[in-house]
Amino acid sequence: MVLKRLSEAAGVSGQEQEVRAIIRAELEGAVHSLEGDTLGNLIAVRNPHAPGPRVMLAAHMDEVGFMISGYERSGMLKFRKVGGIDDRVLVSKGVRIGKDRIPGVIGAKPIHLQEARERETPLRTDQLFIDIGAKSKEEAEKKVALGEFAVFDTAYAEFGAGLVKGKALDDRIGCAVLISLLKEEINLPVYGCFTVQEEVGLRGAAVAAYRVNPQLGIAIEGTICADLPGIDEEFRVTSLGQGPALSIADGGTLPNRAMVNELVRLAQAHQVPFQFRRGTAGANDAGRIHLTREGVPTAGVSVPCRYIHGPASVASLDDFRHTVRLLTLFLKSIEGGFRP
Amino acid sequence: MKELIRELTQAFGPSGSEAPVRETIDTLIRPLVKEVRTDALGNLIAFRPGTGSGKRVMLAAHMDEIGVIVTAIDDKGFLRFSNIGGVNALALIGTRVVFAGGAAGVIGSEPVDELKDLKLEKLFIDVGASSRAAAEKQVGIGDMAAFHGPFQDLGDRVVAKAMDDRIGCAILVQALRELQDSPHHLIAVFTVQEEVGLRGARTSAYGAEPDVGIALDVTRVGDTPKSRTMEVSMGKGAAIKVKDASLICHVGLRRHLVEVAKAHQIPYQLEVLERGGTDASSIQMARSGVPAGVISIPSRYIHTPSEMVDMADVRSCVQLVVKTLEGPIDL
Repeated sequence: MVLKRLSEAAGVSGQEQEVRAIIRAELEGAVHSLEGDTLGNLIAVRNPHAPGPRVMLAAHMDEVGFMISGYERSGMLKFRKVGGIDDRVLVSKGVRIGKDRIPGVIGAKPIHLQEARERETPLRTDQLFIDIGAKSKEEAEKKVALGEFAVFDTAYAEFGAGLVKGKALDDRIGCAVLISLLKEEINLPVYGCFTVQEEVGLRGAAVAAYRVNPQLGIAIEGTICADLPGIDEEFRVTSLGQGPALSIADGGTLPNRAMVNELVRLAQAHQVPFQFRRGTAGANDAGRIHLTREGVPTAGVSVPCRYIHGPASVASLDDFRHTVRLLTLFLKSIEGGFRP
Repeated sequence: MKELIRELTQAFGPSGSEAPVRETIDTLIRPLVKEVRTDALGNLIAFRPGTGSGKRVMLAAHMDEIGVIVTAIDDKGFLRFSNIGGVNALALIGTRVVFAGGAAGVIGSEPVDELKDLKLEKLFIDVGASSRAAAEKQVGIGDMAAFHGPFQDLGDRVVAKAMDDRIGCAILVQALRELQDSPHHLIAVFTVQEEVGLRGARTSAYGAEPDVGIALDVTRVGDTPKSRTMEVSMGKGAAIKVKDASLICHVGLRRHLVEVAKAHQIPYQLEVLERGGTDASSIQMARSGVPAGVISIPSRYIHTPSEMVDMADVRSCVQLVVKTLEGPIDL
């Protein structure tokens, strides 16, 4: 399954080439053209000459991860985070560094040696290091270059009742949704934008949208899921298995209400489960798409993913399928004349 | 002009839901301009050609107001919500809110031990429903509400919700009414989504391609008891902005506004705002850059249901806009 390959590929913001290659191979021959741009966005074009508005669908290829920023005399690597990662999830996690996938472990002072007050606050990134088994600075420098990227070392697996776990489901599951959508029979000019550098500031989407100059935009995301013990029902932003999550507002976008209403109408008419994203924290590519040029009506549709921005996230394959289904219905509706 | 201010402040329009304000302004300005259109984000853009070879001048006032958005409805019919724009939890308890459809509610709070623990997630809206089903008949997830803040005439000063920035909209409408001949091609933009990140101004300025941009918006004052230092006071005239956290105003444009005020004996004061931002910052960064400035209306109690302005300041702002547009703008 393409989601497994996408999840296991390394693609920290700015280094999305592995992910891009998988998507390119997957879509070669299935679309009218595949264009790359200067920042590394991959734009898959369907039916550029069909009647109807130009629709931009965006899913970001990059994931949060690490950059190697220095060496200790002992051979341990210093590192920085790329994108938002909770320091508390880092200690003792396995990572893979660079294209040779050098294995490493994020190390820290053992709990036995920590003073009482040190145990009260989580260790910060600058108190941690990556252990690659090197015995000296020189040996470490030979194995890993400065500025090399690292990702969590997590195998993809299917488990439970139709669930998957893997790293980077934010937003590889969105990429998988977009790949499926681009293979649907739709007679509209559709621009499937697999964007770069979302996690560091929605950067790829800004230039991709300028290039595509769309009349309608949709960001496809893997989003926060909080259907967890200890969280009251009214604060569960999304819940696994309840279908695609429609954004009502977030830090970057107030989605176009006519588009949200149409998505709701379609879901209800075709019995596709859906939920609202019941929170306003975070932002995604929609934040840049809708402000492009003279403005673009834009909405956000997400697959709920537990534990995003951590080493392993969990999503539901039913949610994945229902997201593809709902967005397909939406594209058909535009084809049929819907305008925001 | 008070009736105009009353009408505009009482229209419903949290960011992204500005349609009622847009419709109100559209009706008011249509006879005053050559063409009016609404863009993809909902900005209302009016064009009025100049009589000579003046500049393309964009004037911007934002239609949106801060508000709240429903994120969840519980079994007992209480609504949980998040903020739209800069909403202070402390100002919310006991405040009434109104939804677009007419439903109203009161904001209540879970018990908190200390005021500093009062976060939005501790608050809820009570719409008078006794069950989830009853609440859902009135409101849904994603619906926005605005403060209930009636217009009151205090004599020299007036108070209402959403003075930020309907007072700017009112000044722009009034300026269009009073403006005689102008050499400049005027693009009057009533923008959307200012309170959530100066968004409407960004796309409308891209479309307008102005030579000069001027935003009309409220600013805070430093003249209340033990107020934080701020050299702007109610009643001392139109505030000509030097800078805020979002932009440094074009120096030539700022000087020009001062000269116009002096030449026409319009009371004015200079404004340095340490926090906050305005549409002028988005206009300034449009395309290859636009000289931009701000005429600010001194206001008290900004981002509460009771925002206050001084009518003499409002008159000064109208005068400054009109006189600026009637003469040449040499930067």
